[in-house]
Amino acid sequence: MATTVVMEALSPTMEEGRLVKWSKKEGDQVKTGDTLAEVETDKAVMELVARADGSLIKVVVQEGQTVPVGNVVAYIGAVGEKVDGAGSGKREAGSVAPAAAPAPASKPIDPPPAARPPTPPPPTEAGRIKASPLARKIAQDSGIDLRSVAGSGPGGRVVKKDVEGSHQPSAINRPPADGRRLTADGSPYEDVPLTQIRKTIAKRLVTSIGPIPHFFLTTEVDMERAAEAREAINKQLGDHGKISFNDIVIKATALALAKHRACNAWFQDDHIRYWNEVHVGMAVAVEDGLITPVIRNADLKSMLAIGQEAKVLAGKARERKLQPSEYTGATFSVSNLGMFDIDQFTAVINPPESGILAVGSIVSKPVAEDGKVEIRRRLRLTMSCDHRVIDGATGAAFLKTLKQMLENPLAMVL
Amino acid sequence: MANSFDVIILGGGPAGYVCAIRCAQLGLSTAVVERDKMGGVCVNIGCIPTKALLHSAHLAHALHSAADFGITVGDVKTDYGVAMKRSRRVADTNSKGADFLMKKNKVTVIKGTGVLQPGKKVKVGNDVYTASKAVIIATGSRVKGIPQIGLEINKTTVISSDEALFLEKAPATIAVVGAGAVGMEFADIFNAFGSKVTLIEALPRILPLEDAEASDTMTKSYKKRGIDVLAGAKVKKADVGKNKVTLEVESGGQTQKIDADMVLMAAGRAVNTENIGLAECGIKLTDRGFIQVDGNLQTTAPGYYAIGDIAGPPMLAHKGSREGVVVAEKIAGHKAHAIKYDNVPSVTYCHPEVASIGLSEDKAKEQKLDYVVGKFPFSANGRARGTGETEGFVKIIRDKKYGEILGAHIVGANASEMIHELAVARENEYTVEEIDLAIHAHPTMSEAVAQAALDSLGRVIDM
Repeated sequence: MATTVVMEALSPTMEEGRLVKWSKKEGDQVKTGDTLAEVETDKAVMELVARADGSLIKVVVQEGQTVPVGNVVAYIGAVGEKVDGAGSGKREAGSVAPAAAPAPASKPIDPPPAARPPTPPPPTEAGRIKASPLARKIAQDSGIDLRSVAGSGPGGRVVKKDVEGSHQPSAINRPPADGRRLTADGSPYEDVPLTQIRKTIAKRLVTSIGPIPHFFLTTEVDMERAAEAREAINKQLGDHGKISFNDIVIKATALALAKHRACNAWFQDDHIRYWNEVHVGMAVAVEDGLITPVIRNADLKSMLAIGQEAKVLAGKARERKLQPSEYTGATFSVSNLGMFDIDQFTAVINPPESGILAVGSIVSKPVAEDGKVEIRRRLRLTMSCDHRVIDGATGAAFLKTLKQMLENPLAMVL
Repeated sequence: MANSFDVIILGGGPAGYVCAIRCAQLGLSTAVVERDKMGGVCVNIGCIPTKALLHSAHLAHALHSAADFGITVGDVKTDYGVAMKRSRRVADTNSKGADFLMKKNKVTVIKGTGVLQPGKKVKVGNDVYTASKAVIIATGSRVKGIPQIGLEINKTTVISSDEALFLEKAPATIAVVGAGAVGMEFADIFNAFGSKVTLIEALPRILPLEDAEASDTMTKSYKKRGIDVLAGAKVKKADVGKNKVTLEVESGGQTQKIDADMVLMAAGRAVNTENIGLAECGIKLTDRGFIQVDGNLQTTAPGYYAIGDIAGPPMLAHKGSREGVVVAEKIAGHKAHAIKYDNVPSVTYCHPEVASIGLSEDKAKEQKLDYVVGKFPFSANGRARGTGETEGFVKIIRDKKYGEILGAHIVGANASEMIHELAVARENEYTVEEIDLAIHAHPTMSEAVAQAALDSLGRVIDM
């Protein structure tokens, strides 16, 4: 009997996938673990791998088609074998579509013993995971979540060989040898598999505070020189436009991100995607919520261009006229509540980004300067960091660069 | 008698009869073809009677030092014939036990020599029996001499364990050729029954498959008991007379002559593959003469399986029994727990006993594993001091990073019983830490296992 190949949930939030390209064609011999197709998920282009050995006897979803998770996309079986009802990627009766399960979800129809896919994740009774002590040690050391491992021992018990296999980055998401790729719309990035320490950090921190382990860094920036520069620039621009403090902050943030790639990254299940371009998301309040339009390549744009683009995007956001391409793909976000007289706040990270900068209002206050008390314009910035990607020192180094740029705006033209 | 069954098993030894019981438990109609007594070599002329003789040997030893324990005995006299007869009763009881188990499980026992035929058929005498699901070959192995060096078994002066088990009296002098489990055990027995024993091993150390430290301890122990141990020794020439054998043995560059009343050939076993119709059914053998099987123990002929000695090493009863269970479950359509051949324990029942599982230290080194050794001698164990059995040690070789038990070696009284803690640990992937966490009763020899585990972690308590 043939084994169905279904659209798998390749990321925790994936509900449907677009079949970008078939890597195998009908009639090709495939082995368990072979890449069958590239699938675009809500987050990235990933690989759909074979869960059985045999011949790819029928492809039912064509390139470019999008189907929900759990739907049949192809069949693997013996050469010449026919499959019934192999129509158009309809959901297999009784097949499961785990919306949030990253584990393989292929549902074979009466598989021969040799073609049986890995046993489903080990049964957990009252949260107990069946795993040998040795497997637990290896998993803990390697940052492997035992719940995501298919156990091959008695009753689905996870044993050494099951977790040893997980040492390697899984077939899914395997980056090319040089790690460099382009997204469908051409944005370059580099996928770096999670190192064991990163995996462990990710696992431990998630259990500590929700899915994204946030931490916060606050710094106070002296805005005297930025304010002076802004006045001078605006005076010079005259009728040609004006730049706002927000534009200055976005530009400085983008430049700092370009210098600190470690903060310009997405957390992606088993790897971190470091972006080689800077796309800054800008939180905009709309009638019943907020949306984050994106200023692409903000580090390369002038403050004036940023200001104009921000204005257009904010207007479109309020009128709900933003195109998806205008609010997706940010590599980092900025949220500014300065206009609401908020001195300081913390913003919630917009996943898969790993950082967001919360910008307060510029407040004139007395500060000690060269042994004297002076009244100066000060701005409090708070960065929320995803600890799976950014460590304290990494975030602090980024903030330091940002602070230096804002305090010495000339640094921005260097 | 019905002529068709679901499963027909050729051979009623520890592989075949256990397989038959498991088949019956799973609802398969099953027949066992056995030409001799149920239980095979193990029960009749192997494991079981030798253990009976070894216990006689143990008692003889214990009585020699009875005075130290405050017990006065007269002259200790031994009579091999009496011990032999007792061992026969033990063997017969066990064989009858196997007969009973066949009846209890409604397994049909067909007496006679079975020959395989194509189409899952077995011919016994003039009758042909048909199996609907599978034919399982479990014909086992037998002793073989080394005719190349002039030591063909003549059953009088050159004997095998088959004859040794039926001797009326122990020979005054005996040369045991081969220091694996069989040679070690008979050297122990005949030494206890007053024979002058010379133990000859071609490889550089006795018990060549065990950890080198086990070999060393046993060499010392045997020498202390007056057994001549010649390792790395080659029999160059054998002069087999009517009442005497003279061996020319070369070891360490020197040649010596050894006169013995008897030579016991304890090296090499041959598998019983002849005249059972293997070729006719398309069943192929490996280069080493075993039946070629796949991961499911199926032979090159579909529907024909092989288990036990005939399916390849290690040639141990408990390995054959487990293969019998696994094949039965597979034939019945169940998912069988895969056999991990690294987890088959190996035991030699000499005194002190030698038991092991997994890798020797030399093997761990050879495989370039990152390991740590933990060791605890029985001389530091309270219970062993109490019984006066302080020879030996527990040695655990563990993986440095995760504490996985790569190998474990026990030399000592009751090593054969203690090894199973480590067998359970290895099969379930417990590490040395779990061994330590399990509370060991005090005082027991098993505490030495826990202490060896702790020693490997650098925190031994009792030493």
